[in-house]
Amino acid sequence: MNLTLKIWRQKNNSDKGGFKDYKLGGVSKDMSFLEMLDVLNEELAAKGEDPVHFDHDCREGICGMCSLYINGKPHGPQQTTTCQLHMRSFNDGETITIEPWRAKAFPVLKDLVTDRSAFDRIIQAGGYVSVNTGGVPDANEIPIPKTIADMAMDAAQCIGCGACVAACKNASAMLFTSAKVSQLALLPQGQVERKTRAEKMVAQMDAEGFGACTNTGACEAECPKGISITNIARMNREYFSAVVSSQNV
Amino acid sequence: MILDSKIPEGPLAEKWTKHKFNVKLVNPANKRKYDVIVVGTGLAGASAAASLAELGYNVKAFCFQDSPRRAHSIAAQGGINAAKNYQNDGDSVYRLFYDTIKGGDYRARESNVYRLAEVSVKIIDQCVAQGVPFAREYGGLLANRSFGGAQVSRTFYARGQTGQQLLLGAYSALSRQVANGKVKLYPRTEMMDVVTIDGKAKGIITRNLITGAIESHAAHAVLLCTGGYGNVFFLSTNAMGSNVTAAWRAHKKGALMANPCFTQIHPTCIPVSGDHQSKLTLMSESLRNDGRVWVPATVATAEKLRKGQIKANDIKEEDRDYFLERKYPSFGNLVPRDVASRNAKYVCDEGRGVNETGEAVFLDFRDAIKRDGKDIISAKYGNLFDMYQQITGENPYEMPMMIYPAVHYTMGGLWVDYNLMTNVPGLYALGEANFSDHGANRLGASALMQGLADGYFVIPYTIGDYLAQNPAGKIGTDHPEFQKAEKEVKERIQKLLGIKGEKTIDHFHKRLGKIMWDYCGMARTEEGLKKAKAMIKELKSEFWSSVNVLGDNEELNQSLEKAHRVADFIELGELMVDDALNRNESCGGHFREEYQTPEGEALRDDENFAYVAAWKYLGEGQEEELVKEPLIFENVKLTQRSYK
Repeated sequence: MNLTLKIWRQKNNSDKGGFKDYKLGGVSKDMSFLEMLDVLNEELAAKGEDPVHFDHDCREGICGMCSLYINGKPHGPQQTTTCQLHMRSFNDGETITIEPWRAKAFPVLKDLVTDRSAFDRIIQAGGYVSVNTGGVPDANEIPIPKTIADMAMDAAQCIGCGACVAACKNASAMLFTSAKVSQLALLPQGQVERKTRAEKMVAQMDAEGFGACTNTGACEAECPKGISITNIARMNREYFSAVVSSQNV
Repeated sequence: MILDSKIPEGPLAEKWTKHKFNVKLVNPANKRKYDVIVVGTGLAGASAAASLAELGYNVKAFCFQDSPRRAHSIAAQGGINAAKNYQNDGDSVYRLFYDTIKGGDYRARESNVYRLAEVSVKIIDQCVAQGVPFAREYGGLLANRSFGGAQVSRTFYARGQTGQQLLLGAYSALSRQVANGKVKLYPRTEMMDVVTIDGKAKGIITRNLITGAIESHAAHAVLLCTGGYGNVFFLSTNAMGSNVTAAWRAHKKGALMANPCFTQIHPTCIPVSGDHQSKLTLMSESLRNDGRVWVPATVATAEKLRKGQIKANDIKEEDRDYFLERKYPSFGNLVPRDVASRNAKYVCDEGRGVNETGEAVFLDFRDAIKRDGKDIISAKYGNLFDMYQQITGENPYEMPMMIYPAVHYTMGGLWVDYNLMTNVPGLYALGEANFSDHGANRLGASALMQGLADGYFVIPYTIGDYLAQNPAGKIGTDHPEFQKAEKEVKERIQKLLGIKGEKTIDHFHKRLGKIMWDYCGMARTEEGLKKAKAMIKELKSEFWSSVNVLGDNEELNQSLEKAHRVADFIELGELMVDDALNRNESCGGHFREEYQTPEGEALRDDENFAYVAAWKYLGEGQEEELVKEPLIFENVKLTQRSYK
């Protein structure tokens, strides 16, 4: 396959940045999207040009490090991560536009690399059960109905890639935040801190500069792990019930 | 040099309990006067950092990824072992210990492995308390499945994403300590060197991957939780960023590297599809619970298959060879990884491989789907089937999967004593980065167990013993050793950037990988290894004269990051070859063709090689010195491993 790649290049956070076009030939349909970029980078490196920087690590669709806004969609045309997207999803002669995540809370560091540490800070605000190592009950002490455990697992599958934010016209992080709030609100282990967790995580999400949710469902449609927006509904319930009985006045 | 493994006296089952009583303690008020550096935030690193911070130590945690949640432990699929015996099927701490020692082909320390089995049960309790959503039965209790090398069901799992859920559990505990101010996090930061003062580890030098700033960090102890070095093979199931740099720099500062040639080749990976391939993808071993491994019975049928004249489903039952079930009736498709891999290689070498390259075997779910229905199989393995389809474009519900062995895990690593301390005082290695628990072959679902055992339940006890004997209080980076180490790091960076040769970094990495795979992979010979050694030496000098590292230090520079890592892989590769050459026996994943039984199984030499081969760095260009730690087996009898 022969392709034209329209790629966002930006030297660093203070650089304005802009698109640059590259021609790339000899692309096989079996390559993953990132392997296609590897080929481009090898060509650039051989010519002494600075390779296109992008985040990636496991290349198995689970670490959540890869991103890329491809032809106007986070992670490209398939509902998967960019590392699992293969070139058989594209056609010979196609022009592919590649951009970084666009959100105020995810500043661009270089080319296609963004800073997603805002997600870490949301988790630090309360995305945990406060138990120290040791001194916990036996794992089978509290039976959990399979349906509940499965629902918690559905939410827990979030890989923290940020596609939900990139897909949202408001750059809202509601899907990400609600996935963790849901997981822990569903499980018995999460009950003790249920209310404070919802309050604190939502407050941190707002403080990071993410936008509000207007229920367009774009996040769910683009989530590579199929995290459902029912989690957002659940988080809203959790949040309201927490706020009306809040000790934080 | 004599290595002191510090194995406690007394009966096996009492060693850890006694040791916990005998080690020195740091009182709660004094813990806050000690600083600990943790490098790496995978299962071992995150659990250690969180647990030590909970105890009151001041922790600095470093990772090269943009968030600690991305460490490669996250990609572990199948599960985590624990001797809970919830299934009432005869499991016990002793059985898990025995299976692990046997699975490792009797090349691991009894005392460490027993402790691992002992604390395994607490790991599951801890993870459940954190809100890890393990799979459950309809009654609400935890579900188990079976894994290779065991005849009991002791593997706990969270769909095919167990590593993810366990890591996110440890990450949540870590995040809580970050919020409490007890852990300071340094993401996108790579460790470039260990600093030793008067022979003790006192800190590290790091590079900020965004700004390029070279910085010193001091602490009373340094924990390396930096994973394995499978990427020395270029193609492996490891993440692209997984590297040996931290461990290798520690090695060059005096820490011994043990059994580096013990690498695990995992039998169920998606076969290589072309030269562009950047990494290999594992299909969980749990698939071997229900999938049957086979190739055509004859070369002629396999040829037709490769030419596309027939399809897998056209081949009749009697023309199929379920070679694992045939050769190993009692373990069948669930033989340990090294055995399954080697046998896949044998049938492909015979010309019975099933894909275009001839390097693939089938993993077939037809019978399982017929027996249990598609829904049940999909509930168990749905995400793996989807992943397979995504990568290969084929539907495994209708066509058998194609798999082939690939590098997956490294049992070798930094030598540590019973306390997980390397021979450099104050420098510890946890998880895959150390060598201690898996011998010459790791059993499935045991890596997660070891990473979390080390971090949650071993280091919190053993580190106190060292710290209590060392003065607390402020520790600065003004010692000349820090300046010296910083200067060396900067010089090395300038050297790499200054070569400005004509070849790319990947060019060298790929060549190294091919040498390692061909000569130090699934089967090794003296002749091949000698050849590999010469080739690696040549590659190294070529690298340092003709590599082209682009850009500058003072920016986000992925070429420079990669160059450091590849340079270290080349040196490690040479040591792996030396280690494989030295070990004139076959054991576990280390298969020397000269040493095999008439049936083609690994032939150990317990008389001469029942030892840990620990290597000491003596200086640039010099052969490393071999230091032996004899392995003493007081509880298990060394026998030829049999899974028949």
